[in-house]
Amino acid sequence: MSQHQEKATIIKIEQFSPNNLRLTLDAPLIAPQCKPGQFVMIQTGIGKDPLLRRPFSLHQASSNGHIQIYFKNVGRGTNIMAHCKLEEKLDVFGPLGKGYDIDIDRPACLIGGGLGIAPLLFLAKRIARTAKDSTQNLIIIGGRSREEVEPLVKDFQQIGMPVHCSTDDGSFGIQGYVTDLFSSQDLPIGSQVYACGPDPMLAVLQRICTNKKVGCQVSVESVMACGMGACLGCNVPSSKGGYVHVCIDGPVFRAEDLVWNL
Amino acid sequence: MEFITDQDPYPDLRVNIGSLELQNPVMTASGTFGYAREFENLLNLHRLGGIIVKGISLEPRSGNPPPRIVETACGMLNAIGLQNVGVERFISEKIPYLRGLRVPVVVNILGDSLEEYQEITRRLGGVEGIAAIEVNISCPNVKKGGVAFGTDPQMAAAVTEVVKKTADVPVMVKLSPNVSDIRLLARSVEDGGADSISLINTLIGMAIDVKSRKPVLANVIGGLSGPAIKPVALRMVYQVAQSVEIPVIGIGGIDSTEDALEFILAGASAVQIGTANFVNPRISEEILEGISDYVKNQQLSSIRDLIGALDI
Repeated sequence: MSQHQEKATIIKIEQFSPNNLRLTLDAPLIAPQCKPGQFVMIQTGIGKDPLLRRPFSLHQASSNGHIQIYFKNVGRGTNIMAHCKLEEKLDVFGPLGKGYDIDIDRPACLIGGGLGIAPLLFLAKRIARTAKDSTQNLIIIGGRSREEVEPLVKDFQQIGMPVHCSTDDGSFGIQGYVTDLFSSQDLPIGSQVYACGPDPMLAVLQRICTNKKVGCQVSVESVMACGMGACLGCNVPSSKGGYVHVCIDGPVFRAEDLVWNL
Repeated sequence: MEFITDQDPYPDLRVNIGSLELQNPVMTASGTFGYAREFENLLNLHRLGGIIVKGISLEPRSGNPPPRIVETACGMLNAIGLQNVGVERFISEKIPYLRGLRVPVVVNILGDSLEEYQEITRRLGGVEGIAAIEVNISCPNVKKGGVAFGTDPQMAAAVTEVVKKTADVPVMVKLSPNVSDIRLLARSVEDGGADSISLINTLIGMAIDVKSRKPVLANVIGGLSGPAIKPVALRMVYQVAQSVEIPVIGIGGIDSTEDALEFILAGASAVQIGTANFVNPRISEEILEGISDYVKNQQLSSIRDLIGALDI
């Protein structure tokens, strides 16, 4: 695995809602190395404040040297990024972490909640390209309301997998959680679930997958300082005792390897 | 006609920390650089002045529950809880790689009793590839009700003595800044036999989430590091350098060449780069290049001319 630190130029800004944005960056060193589920650390400020880089999952990475990140303006770092202009450069470090372990023999079910939708587009494209049989694959995405889901639907539909949507307020797709949508599905035997979203969603999903007896890989989030195993700040409890670190042991884990508190 | 003969394009950056000679004054601070291997593809490890590895205890420690870190203004708080693999696994798993580096490797040790400090030092004895030991004295002394060794001059001296007595390599003692007079602590560890002093460790702080009314860190309090602490660190390095004869190594919020030079001018023979490694894994090499340029541009014969050269 090869990591790079590069000044990536912003070449496209898509504003999906007042707070949801997608940036396309020209990162020719990083992009070819990326795997679905991996992340990058981006320096949002140019001075000493905010000090630390912010982790972003890779929304897309292409062989032509572009990466995309999809994020929400929620704090100081993302607020700076939300106000970046075209042609500005961001210091990007990556790719980092372990991505999804794609099983090309199994029907895939991708589930994303809120910003957890971000890494699934890259994953869906990779699965569509590599899976032996794509006919049984399925994508489920959801969020609080229409603005968190609808702008991304077209990109997923283009891949050619069926896309099911939910929103908490019912403004788009069915009303409810992605986990409700998921539990109502008749999954093909031997399916593999790939998920990303907030912890409570992943905890419910882990329980459903255990009942349905399907494998479940989850991408979890954590605050991080370094993103590369030096600071040890991003620990999560392991089901085997002790801790694992989101940045180097993850961010994608087999759901049964983590401790879930419902 | 002039002949250019034997003109060294590389200025003399060598510094001495007692009997330990470093090829340059830029080291990486414990707990911010893993066991060095994490950084091997990101910078040229062989160019560094020294590498201080993650603190080691007698037994492995799993550390504190999350959240362990939080960003604060120009800095961060951490309460990692001294997670480490323990001295035995350190020797069997980490030393073989570190031994291959052409750079002095300093092993940071920690304990919760004098006996533990002594036993770790004993286990490290005779292990090839260790250039020096750095003693973290900011840990609580369990037998004295959890008061940190480093906040009490007598306890600080006692730890220093026991490690110095047992060690077969130079002993560097890392001071805690959470004291009212850093000079007293510095003199105590010098009297205890320390070969050098590094400072500062993190400043104890905290952060509160006003929505939940809970502390942000699971450990409630944590250590503040980063640019926010640099002026405090610089002042303490200056005071300590005035108070002791042994070499002083400056640590605290260094993230540029200028920062490093400030510490050297204040009296530090070398510096350690800490939190800045998290933001820019290449920073120590960049600072080294900056210092090299400075020495050249100032036409100094050696970086040593700059140590303590503060003009008051």
